Amino acid sequence: RVADGVEDITQHHLEIVNKGLVESLDKEIIDNLKRRKLVVQSKIKLFKIEKGPKFSLNWRVKQEAELTRELILSGDWKTAEFRSFNFNSMGIPPHGGHLHPLLKVRKEFREIFLELGYEEMPTNNFVESSFWNFDSLFQPQSHPARDAHDTFFLSDPAETLVIPQDYLQRVKKMHEEGGKGSIGWRYKWQESEARKNILRTHTTAISSRMLYKLSQQAVFTPKKYFSIDRVYRNETLDQTHLAEFHQIEGLVADYDLTLAHLIGAIRQFFERYGIKNLKFKPAYNPYTEPSMEIFGYHNGLKKWVEIGNSGMFRPEMLLPMGLPPNVRVIAWGLSLERPTMIKYHISNIRDLLGHKVDITSIRNNPICRFDK
Amino acid sequence: LIGYLSVSLSLSLSLSLVFLELYSDRIMPVVSVSRNSLFKRLGKVYSEEEFYDLCFEFGIELDDVDPIEGVEDDVTYKIEIGANRYDLLCLEGLARALRIFIGAEKKLPNYVARAPQHPHTMVVKPSVLGVRGVVVCAVLRHITFTEESYKSFIDLQEKLHQNICRKRTLVSIGTHDLDSISGPFSYSALPPKEISFAPLNTTTVMDGESLMKHLDKDLHLRPFLPIIRDKPTYPVIYDSNGVVLSLPPIINGDHSKITLNTKNVFIEVTATDRTKALIVLDTMVTMFGEYTAVPFEVEQVAVVDEITGITTLTPDYTPRIVSTPLSYLDSAIGVKITKEKVQEYLRRMCLPSKLEDSPSGIVVNVEVPPTRSDVLHACDVMEDVAIGYGFNKILDISAPPRTLTVGSQQPINKLTDQLRNEIAQAGFTEVLTLSLCSTEENYDLIGKVDDGLAVRIANPKTLEYQVGRTSLYVGLLKTLQHNKQAAVPIKLFEISDVLLKSDAYDVGARNKRQLCAVYMNTDAGFEFIHGLLDRVMLLLEIPYTPHGAGGYTIKEASPDDKTFFPGRCAEVIVRGTKVGVIGTLHPLVVENFDLQFPVSALHLDVELLL
Repeated sequence: RVADGVEDITQHHLEIVNKGLVESLDKEIIDNLKRRKLVVQSKIKLFKIEKGPKFSLNWRVKQEAELTRELILSGDWKTAEFRSFNFNSMGIPPHGGHLHPLLKVRKEFREIFLELGYEEMPTNNFVESSFWNFDSLFQPQSHPARDAHDTFFLSDPAETLVIPQDYLQRVKKMHEEGGKGSIGWRYKWQESEARKNILRTHTTAISSRMLYKLSQQAVFTPKKYFSIDRVYRNETLDQTHLAEFHQIEGLVADYDLTLAHLIGAIRQFFERYGIKNLKFKPAYNPYTEPSMEIFGYHNGLKKWVEIGNSGMFRPEMLLPMGLPPNVRVIAWGLSLERPTMIKYHISNIRDLLGHKVDITSIRNNPICRFDK
Repeated sequence: LIGYLSVSLSLSLSLSLVFLELYSDRIMPVVSVSRNSLFKRLGKVYSEEEFYDLCFEFGIELDDVDPIEGVEDDVTYKIEIGANRYDLLCLEGLARALRIFIGAEKKLPNYVARAPQHPHTMVVKPSVLGVRGVVVCAVLRHITFTEESYKSFIDLQEKLHQNICRKRTLVSIGTHDLDSISGPFSYSALPPKEISFAPLNTTTVMDGESLMKHLDKDLHLRPFLPIIRDKPTYPVIYDSNGVVLSLPPIINGDHSKITLNTKNVFIEVTATDRTKALIVLDTMVTMFGEYTAVPFEVEQVAVVDEITGITTLTPDYTPRIVSTPLSYLDSAIGVKITKEKVQEYLRRMCLPSKLEDSPSGIVVNVEVPPTRSDVLHACDVMEDVAIGYGFNKILDISAPPRTLTVGSQQPINKLTDQLRNEIAQAGFTEVLTLSLCSTEENYDLIGKVDDGLAVRIANPKTLEYQVGRTSLYVGLLKTLQHNKQAAVPIKLFEISDVLLKSDAYDVGARNKRQLCAVYMNTDAGFEFIHGLLDRVMLLLEIPYTPHGAGGYTIKEASPDDKTFFPGRCAEVIVRGTKVGVIGTLHPLVVENFDLQFPVSALHLDVELLL
């Protein structure tokens, strides 16, 4: 014999647990029994309930969420219970309509011009003749911008109907031969080319019309003009380019204006836009001389960005109109979309202009404040 | 490497935001130069930022910095220049101008055109008239090419061909090894089959017709073939031995090709525009004149017109003087320009000048060099004086003009803004859509018949830009189409211009300011759109007068109008004139825009409500 007898220790332990004396057992033994799934540890929660001061058997007492008309009229508000209010949830957005973000920015720019005494030009013709869009601005007919590649030409109406003939002859002469101190472009100017209709590539075409109109006055009066309207470029489309966009333009026509005046006018304008730090780079436009690209230090982006373009209109443009020789015209321009996209952190122009704009973004678009 | 990478990245980031240049020429030429070569010529090394600032002051822009494959310590600077400065299109010209600008070079180059006792001649035959009538020529004597300058020589021709030559259609350049050919030269136009030569880089002789076929496979030259391919005669330049120098504007002959060993270069520039031909010739010779034995001296060629018998020596450097009173420069720039300083400012900009006393004050006479074809008028001189002075120095004394005027608005714009505010307050959300669309969208898809009033575009790049819209429905419906995630009811509006043909306006077309509002919901909601109409009329003080004539009334419209659902469409009439329509859109129209809810719409002519 190896052992005297068999003792079932586990059975003995289980009997102790059954008697409710589990605390007397070692932890190791209990863990072992648990592992072997012979015992199960369960929790029993005990509650002690007493009657509180507001004890009631009446089920109808409820907590009010809000003051109501009935509560006021009945006077029950004095005795009613009010739930504590959760101030941290969002309110219900008000219903209503909304204005378009780009047009909100347009309104701000319009106001800047009006505050500074500028007169709005009538720009309601998107269709323009090459004459007013290019030739009257002394832009030569072989200029690449007049390529079908960049400009929308029209098949209907293909040609413009009326151009003031005596003015046209003076423009032709200036292109072909020059005169009044200029050697001109010296090429053969074609009226048929000038008659071609296009979708205007800049609102400077309107500025030209207005200056011509001004020159037809019996007596010259100084003017400050502005416009903000749509222009068209037939170019490859990408994230920041659509075929149509808006141009902002300001111009001053007065005796003896100088380059310093142009810089001053631009500073005055952009200061109200919120950019006070400017610098100017010599540039080239066919119809302005001098020409300057305007760079501004953008406080939000913390860097210098190109914010506009400017110049003094060439005498070759102004003299055929018949403006007095010491009248000079200074002008500057920028696009409307660019400042809007910067301000509202929009990277794709299709999120701003056109039918792909998300309506919700129009609703959620903040007030346009240039001072912030 | 990391250092310059991060600077150029920030530069290109800031430049990637460069938006639509509105005033400046959209085709801005870019010249690529080796930074090290450029700095060597300037005699100074700049940091990228310093160089960017120098370019800024001068009027050009450092656009991009590219690494050079296989070269560690040099990079390519891509510099954007003004489209009117052909003298900056290559390293030679750019470096020359900048050197003078920074003061590293005090002396301006003296460009001289000289004819020897027996100049070479180019005889112009009558046959070129009407084909490509202009030719001008020059000789660069005792020139020495290096690999770099030779490449620059070829590149400049390419650049000029792209820019002022308008892709060779107006002007084209041919350069030849003068020692391989002998004058007198002749310029004529012959039927393609009669011209036979081995074109550049081949030994096979072919006639004009075979040449066209052969070159059709050449991707580089193929775009230029249409300039002459279908003409009955092709322009061709021969030497006295019948060797073909070139077939303008397509290709040169292999016989006279230029190599690194070429010592004397013959340049012929053929064109349809004489002014541009001369500018191109001047540019070629002044740029590479720095490599000839006598710097900047070009040998003239006699161009003989066989019809008139007149001989012209080209290029012609008869000095062109632009005179301007010093007081003009003052009064146009707005800063005091002294007679001591004005010549210095002009010299900085490569413009030599002389001062002259006159009864009315000092006159500045600028001798415009052949590199500056951009100077047309005294205002160009004035700009250069201002650049020489420094645009940004003018900032300090600048003030706005004292012009006293009062502001004013265009009545239609003022009314539009007032209406926009009110309609938004009425619960409608404003959209701003594109004014160009396809013909189908403008008519068929909205159930309208083509009335011939739409303005049509001749050269759209895509179908989306075939016509100008004649109503505002399309933009609003497409907006609804792209906003399927929005909860109904959706209320949108737009007050904007449409384009219409009209003989009453000088261009033959006009804009019209219109208002369109749409309501989309599970029910068509005609009454809501109607409510908006009533509100707009109330705001414009137009009373509802169903029987009288003093206000507005609504009259049921014909069921033939396919834009609207029959029986749910009416005309809006104000004081006897129809100003618009109101109704529920036809289900077919709704389906055309992939919408699953009915839509009611209001469309008014705002100009009639002014």
